[in-house]
Amino acid sequence: MKAAASPGPVLRIEGLVKRFDDTEVLSGVDLTVNEHEVVALIGASGSGKSTLLRCINLLEQVDDGRIWLHGDDISDPRVKVDSVRARIGIVFQQFNLFPHIRVLDNVTLAARRVMKTPRAEAEAAALVLLERVGLADKAHEFPDRLSGGQQQRVAIVRAVATNPELLLLDEITSALDPQLVTEVLDLVHELKSVGTTIVMATHEMAFARDIADRVVFLDAGRIAEEGTAAQVFGDPKNERTRAFLTRYLDRL
Amino acid sequence: MRPANHPISDVEIGRRVYRRTQNTRSVLVSLVSTIVFAGVIWLTVINTPGWDQVQRSFFNLDTAIQAWPRVIAGLWINIQVLFFASIGVLVLSVIIASIRTLRGPVWFPLRALAAAYTDLFRGLPLIIVLFLVGFGLPGLELFPRNSAQFWGTIALILTYSAYVSEVFRAGIEAVHPSQRLAARSLGLSHGQTMRIVVLPQAVRKVTPALMNDFVAMQKDVGLISVLGVVDAVRAAQIETASAFNFTPYVLAGLLFVLLALPMIRLTDWYTARLRAREQMGSLV
Repeated sequence: MKAAASPGPVLRIEGLVKRFDDTEVLSGVDLTVNEHEVVALIGASGSGKSTLLRCINLLEQVDDGRIWLHGDDISDPRVKVDSVRARIGIVFQQFNLFPHIRVLDNVTLAARRVMKTPRAEAEAAALVLLERVGLADKAHEFPDRLSGGQQQRVAIVRAVATNPELLLLDEITSALDPQLVTEVLDLVHELKSVGTTIVMATHEMAFARDIADRVVFLDAGRIAEEGTAAQVFGDPKNERTRAFLTRYLDRL
Repeated sequence: MRPANHPISDVEIGRRVYRRTQNTRSVLVSLVSTIVFAGVIWLTVINTPGWDQVQRSFFNLDTAIQAWPRVIAGLWINIQVLFFASIGVLVLSVIIASIRTLRGPVWFPLRALAAAYTDLFRGLPLIIVLFLVGFGLPGLELFPRNSAQFWGTIALILTYSAYVSEVFRAGIEAVHPSQRLAARSLGLSHGQTMRIVVLPQAVRKVTPALMNDFVAMQKDVGLISVLGVVDAVRAAQIETASAFNFTPYVLAGLLFVLLALPMIRLTDWYTARLRAREQMGSLV
């Protein structure tokens, strides 16, 4: 991929604003994500984590500010949204696999239809990925016959199958029980080890602390605090971060 | 999957024996009750005072045999019309339903047109559409002269597409928005999302409703006889008039029922198969 090799940050956001009717969900967010970096977005429900991810993927139209993906301004209305989305992978809380086509077809869909990769080639690549996450034997099953953890791993494989420049994870473990969470998080660790650039919204504080190069605490649509995992979790500067983390760390 | 090499417990053996006897008993009970029920109805009907007369006028075997070739030839025309009309309805209604789900101001005229079309043709009685299309359109002399059968098929397509497009639209809207979200986030265009992700799931959701409309159309195909096409209904009418006997109508009716049955069974089987293939566990 040509763009992936270029210097500079993968993602740069400046003064991002998003409103739903009269409520301002994001009020001026600035964020830079560098190559091979894993950034964790934390914050209470409704703080704007998911909305931020959906704005990056152009699933929501921004109300102000700019977003650059490898230097291309993707908030420009003249940009081709489909081709931008094809450069970014996203995984949702509810997996959102396509129930009427097999696992392998789910994984290869974007490659075949958007990238126009020949089927045989796309399937060979997909099988390698499925093998790596231990789901090669499920390739010809239908998604609804898999467990939640398996479905979410398939969804992650589907998102990375086309080698996106950036991977967005939107609370990917919130719909899973604790045992299944582990198998999904292990997969994210593996993605980090191969250098995938990731922005993830999460409620798994232990995991965020463990994997993130940088932690961003969102509060009421603003970045209240930002720093290394050790700094944000160990020595939060902001009053609200401290209050938020206390509630969580009690449970850890 | 783990291999099932557990020894079967005594409790389970007991349960299986019990279920088996229960099954045998229910089969026997339903068999006996069906025979009794049919017998009662049969005796009641043939003991009515006018039965002989009715049997002669409606269930006359000789008349049926005599009418058979003509009615069957007519039915063949019905089947042809049905075949082409079904294809036409499927294509047109999917197009209209897709147009009605388009977003964005550019598409307003098309959307409005599609909405007006469904409103108009769902409101118009089929028989009026048949007369207008069958006798009116050829009069424009825009097209080469076509048979009444051709115009009858067009009229059926126009009317039924209006109903079926609403069925498709309901199906399209019943597919959860998250599916569309997931498809678009992979970079699929609106059209691709519709074709590859939404429509296949929508069709599955509305198959029973579609079948309902298909069977309804199968019967309404008989209405093209008003245009002078000698289909099964018209043939039966002619035979009835020449034999002074209503049996040809009964014969044609039975043939229409027989025509509908395989399709109904086929879809039931097919939807059950898809469900079993894609989902785990038993359905309650």
